[in-house]
Formats: sequence, C-alpha cells, structure tokens
Amino acid sequence: MKRFMIGMAMGLTVVGLLAGCGRQSAALVTVAGSTAFQPFAEKLAEQFMAMRNDVNITVQGGGSALGIQAARSGTAQIGMADLVQLPPEAAELVSTTVARDGLALIVHPANGVTNLSIEQVRGLFNGTLKNWKEAGGADQSVRVVSREAGSGTRSSFEQTVGGIRLTAEAIIQDSNGTIRETVANDPNTIGYLTHGLLSEKVRAVRVDGVDCTEAAILEGRYKLVRPVFLLTKGAPGGAAKDFIDYVLSPEGQGMIRSYGLLPAK
Amino acid sequence: MRNTGERIVQNALMLVAFSALASLLLIAVFIFKEGLPFLLRTGLRDFLLSSDWRPQEGHFGIYPMIVSSLWVTFGAMLVGAPLGIACAIFLNEFVPKSVMRVTKPTIELLAGIPSVVYGFIGVIVVAPLIRSHLGGPGLSVLCAAVILGIMILPTVISISVDAIGSVPNSYREGALALGATRWQSVHMVVLKAARSGIVAGVILGMGRAIGETMAVIMVAGNSVKIPHSALDSVRTLTANIALEMGYATGQHRQALFATGIVLFVFIMILNSLAMAAMKKSVK
Repeated sequence: MKRFMIGMAMGLTVVGLLAGCGRQSAALVTVAGSTAFQPFAEKLAEQFMAMRNDVNITVQGGGSALGIQAARSGTAQIGMADLVQLPPEAAELVSTTVARDGLALIVHPANGVTNLSIEQVRGLFNGTLKNWKEAGGADQSVRVVSREAGSGTRSSFEQTVGGIRLTAEAIIQDSNGTIRETVANDPNTIGYLTHGLLSEKVRAVRVDGVDCTEAAILEGRYKLVRPVFLLTKGAPGGAAKDFIDYVLSPEGQGMIRSYGLLPAK
Repeated sequence: MRNTGERIVQNALMLVAFSALASLLLIAVFIFKEGLPFLLRTGLRDFLLSSDWRPQEGHFGIYPMIVSSLWVTFGAMLVGAPLGIACAIFLNEFVPKSVMRVTKPTIELLAGIPSVVYGFIGVIVVAPLIRSHLGGPGLSVLCAAVILGIMILPTVISISVDAIGSVPNSYREGALALGATRWQSVHMVVLKAARSGIVAGVILGMGRAIGETMAVIMVAGNSVKIPHSALDSVRTLTANIALEMGYATGQHRQALFATGIVLFVFIMILNSLAMAAMKKSVK
C-alpha cells in the first residue's frame, strides 16, 4: 500500500513537471481544418515559432468542414480549408489564399490511357464509361477509386470536374496514400490525389492534353487545381495575422513550394 | 487498523468494477442520445431499408451496409469456424498435452497482432491473389472474409478448446469401450457434449468479426452497394462510421451515430446468444 502511494506521488510529480514545461506567457493560436494542408501547416508553424518565442501555435486536423466550423465558433483562430468553393456558411469569414494544389488523375503505369478529356473523366467517375476501351484503352472494365464523402480532396475534385455523381461501384479509400497504393496495385483503376504525392508507382494522366506539372498549374493551363484557404473571423489580427503574413512571405511560400504544394500567386 | 485498510481496498476495488460498468452505460447513453433523434426523424424504415447513402445530398440509407456487414461476417464464419473447431479438436484429442501447451498460447498470440497488420497483409497478399486468379477489384467480400476468418481464430479456438477439454474423460472411455474408433468417439460423443461451448465460441468470434473496423476498411474496398458476388467491394457498418466520422457534421454525424446504434443492437444480440449458449453448457 505504502509503496503504491509513493508510486502515485512520483507519477503525479512527473505529470506536473511536464505540464509546467509549456510556454506560459506566449500568445496561443490554434489552427484547425484540412488534413491535406495540416502537415504543411505544422512545418510552417514550427519554423514560425522558432523565430517568435512569444507565440505558441497548435495545429489540428479534422477536415475542411471542421476548419470552417472552428473558425466561425472561435475554437480556432485560423481555419484551414482546401475547397474550390467555400460553402455559404463560410461567407462571414475572411479567407486568404495561401497555396494552390493540383489534383492529379492517376492510373497504373501499365494502363494504356495517357490522355483524358474532362468529359471522359466525368463519365468514368459517374460510371457511364465502364470499359477502358471507351476511353482509348484496353478492353478491361474500369475501376474507380475515390475518397470518402466529406473529404476536401473529393469535393474539390468533383467541383473542378463538375457534374460528378460518383458511381456506387467506386472503391472508397480514406487517404491520398491509400488511393495511390490501390491504383499502384491494380492496372484497371483510376484515382486522384494531390500532385505533391505523385510517385513513380503510378502515372498521372494528361487532362485535355495538359500534363499535371508545376509549370502547367502555375500558368493556369492544368484545370484540376484547388486553392488552400486560411480562414479567420474578421480581418486577422495579432499573432494570427503574423502567422498568416509569415505563410505568405517569400520564405513561407518557398517552404510550401519545397514541400510539393504551389505558391498562392 | 487492518480492518480499515481492508475496507478501503474493498471499496476501491468495487469503485473500479463499477466504473467499468458505468463507462459502458455512458457510451450506450451517448450513442443513443446522438443517434436516436435522427432515427425518429428519418424513420426506421427509411434508414434501415433505403440503399441511397449520399450524405451530401441528405440521403441516409444504410441497407447496403447492413447487408455487407452480414455477408462479410458470414464469410468470416465460413473460413474461421471450421478451421477453428478442427484445430481445437486436433489439439484436444489427437496430440499429446505437451504439444497443446506450446500450440495454444501461440495461437492466442494471433489475437495480439494489431488489426492494421492483418489489413496490410490483406491488401498486399490476399487482394492481389484474388484479383489475378478470380477477377474483380480484389478488395472484396472474399478478401475481408479471409482476413476476418483468420482474425477470429484465436477466439474460436481458445473457447472451443476449453469446451472440449471440459468434457469428462469417462465419456470418451465409455465410447471407446463400446467399440467406437477414436474419431467416432470424438464426433459422436465429445463434440455433442461440448456443442454449446463451441457454439458460444463461434458466436463470440462472430461478434468480433462484425465489430472489426480497421482491417475491414483496408481490405473491403468500401463501395456503398449491395454485393452481387463475393468478388464485389463492399462497405460494412463499422467502416462507414470510421471513414466518415472525421468530416461529418450535423445530420451526417447523427446518421453515423444512428449507424452505431444499429451495430450496438447487432452485437448485443450476438453476445446474449453467446451467453445463453454458454449457460446451457454449464448445466
């Protein structure tokens, strides 16, 4: 019993010490939302905090919808959303575009199709084109891979292509990474992911004859692009403004670029 | 002095025991509180029997998920139950006790492997095999059934081993004395006597299969549709909740909690069946 008590006391002391380690006087900024932008925001926050001792930034995921909700309710000073069109409830928020992200359509390297028109992409994902033959490929049935309902990547994709009502046959995967794995394992699939996560295991298809490259996205020739927004309630102020300014600064934009996203302008 | 100490420990233990119960109760209350208003508003029939699941457009029908959950679980039973029961018979009746002492804990180790690992093996090994030999997307009812079938083995085996082990030796001796062969004594006497324990093991395994989430998300493909064959990709109730909970707000979120209620009821039914079966075996 006695030993147990001592153990407890020691445990509590350790917890207390750890809790005491946080920066006491720092201004707290919470950033929440898009899981696609979260890893980038974390790195940017890390760099920012290295320069500014008086600010403490916590970055949370939860998805674009949650980012909008959190910014509105004030649980986060900054919401992250990567949607082509912000929903009506985000109208009251001030949005700052901090990056752009291309969505690459991917197929297995062995798939013969190299170019798809927007019309064909729509047909494939709606389930009206069921055979690769109809899109200029081999005589094989098409398997569509998409993200779960509510995903920012999925809604951006569906909005930029337009008129998509996803076929019930579609396989659903819950992250960019698992979509890539699924497509890399099956020659008859087609999926989409953020172009920063392309790898040699899959091949990006040209859309309307345009390759999904950084240059094509920057010049506006590649169509499937979505913006990344940072949202604040009212004009950003204080530490939140400083952080957004840092993200937009040449240094911040350079980092965004080096991580595979595209700068805002 | 000693008495007070004893009383303190006793009360503390009771508190711990009740807190486990209370957390179960709290979880149940929470799920029902979040999901029930939605169920009442949408109506049980529209929710359970509609196959239109488009949360963005306000359509919440989980019929395909219910059917898929049942198919995947049934498939897992087809794979896991015969294997598990056969393994339990073999361990109890046909090998020396020393082998059993090594084998049984090893099999129980299977239960300690994280489900992500099972899912990974499903994606990397089982799904490509199915795709190249049988066709379809690979991520399918069949793939989920095979993986879940393996995952429930420890449950089925360890409970069946205990049930078969508790059959008195006099039964076996009696059967042998009447001229039965070893196999005859096993399947005509021992299995009959241990039947309800084995059934309980299978039902508990079924509960594990229907509740498994991570591995199923990885191997079942998650299409929202009623499967037409074992090679079709499907989404189970658990996968539906886990996939969409991260993004869901408002009505969508409530619909996922309502999905949780359905799952809760399923598992309650399975567990009570298992308990009833076990009670019978005690008699």
